[in-house]
Amino acid sequence: ISRPEPKDDVGRMIVRVGMSGDMEAFEQIFRAYAPRVRAFMMQRVRDPQISEELMQETMVMIWRKAAQFDPVKGSPGAWIFTIARNLRIDSYRRSRQPDFDPNDPAFVPDTGRSADDAVEAHDEEQRLHTALTGLPPEQHDLLKLAFFEEVSHSEIAERLGLPLGTVKSRIRLAFSKLRAALGDRP
Amino acid sequence: MSIQHQVSDELLLDYATGVLSEGWRIAIATHLALSPQSRRRLAVMEMAGGALVHDLASEPSLLDEDRSWMTLRKRLESPGAQGVTPPPSRPIPGSVLSVVLPDPLRSYVGGDVDSLKWRPLGRGAYHLPIAVGDPSTMVRLLRIPAGKPVPEHGHRGRELTLVLSGSFHDGDALFARGDLEEADETLQHQPVATEGEDCICLAVTDAPLKFRSWLVRAVQPILGI
Ligand SMILES: [Zn+2]
Ligand SMILES: [Zn+2]
Repeated sequence: ISRPEPKDDVGRMIVRVGMSGDMEAFEQIFRAYAPRVRAFMMQRVRDPQISEELMQETMVMIWRKAAQFDPVKGSPGAWIFTIARNLRIDSYRRSRQPDFDPNDPAFVPDTGRSADDAVEAHDEEQRLHTALTGLPPEQHDLLKLAFFEEVSHSEIAERLGLPLGTVKSRIRLAFSKLRAALGDRP
Repeated sequence: MSIQHQVSDELLLDYATGVLSEGWRIAIATHLALSPQSRRRLAVMEMAGGALVHDLASEPSLLDEDRSWMTLRKRLESPGAQGVTPPPSRPIPGSVLSVVLPDPLRSYVGGDVDSLKWRPLGRGAYHLPIAVGDPSTMVRLLRIPAGKPVPEHGHRGRELTLVLSGSFHDGDALFARGDLEEADETLQHQPVATEGEDCICLAVTDAPLKFRSWLVRAVQPILGI
């Protein structure tokens, strides 16, 4: 199935929304991502109405948080994914989801990345996408199960009837390949 | 600072997908605050999540896409709607080197190390149970006196130990600030705090430890460890 691709780089459009509340840029983000985010919600929620509402919530959050998106630090696809993931979890889980805070005085900043990396972020997302597509099916399927249905690695082992060690090594193999594709230490 | 012992891929994946329960999450999130390398690995996983969502084939939607967009647009342009939030002003992170406990841990214990009400465990060791809304785990801070061992033990489940101050040896491995040790049923060990400084760790478990010594086993229920 072909999805509408935004005319411009999504990262740049998020920045435009963040800087001036640019509704045209935001519509492009919506056209590209609404069907995807709705489908992501459906994977776990299995209810079209609730999935539509959660997609709308995700879009509102993208709008509100756009100024916090830092193209130097991350890929827009990952950023949108984390917003959708958090809203999906919040919709059925009451417990707290503690996270680190980059503004905390004890937070150890990453000195290795600079403004030059922003240029690379888009390219990086594509390289990762290619590497992900090239993973062996058993590794690719395992990641889909983990991300879409929110299943822990030990539950994956139970569900697929695999030894825990096999699941762990598939996860490690998959991510060492993805990291290698980005030039990171595998 | 370079973190030698990072979180494993399988546990980090559980964090990235959001399945990890609150107790474990406190340990991983606090480790992430101290380890740029682990955060970069998390970023790669979240990018993978983004790529998978990007490739997702949706079932044909019953709702017209234009109508969905108009609903959203109306909501954003309604008089009471919250606009784009300006970015938070950023203090320079890492500037206050004297803060020992990073968030989210510090918020859970209600202050930094100097404000803690330690409870004695005997032999100069102390602990501090941390209240979490996750009944499946036990979360606490441990203070092991310099040069002293934690009684030798095995595990009935998973144990995560995150070093916050000082360091400890476990066999040949040295664990220092920010390092995370993952233990499971297969590991029997005896961590020993390094000489010169007390070692403060965050420990998360989901089952009582199996101590080798009958003496420790005898006091285990009283201490609640
Ligand atoms: Zn693709
Ligand atoms: Zn242990």
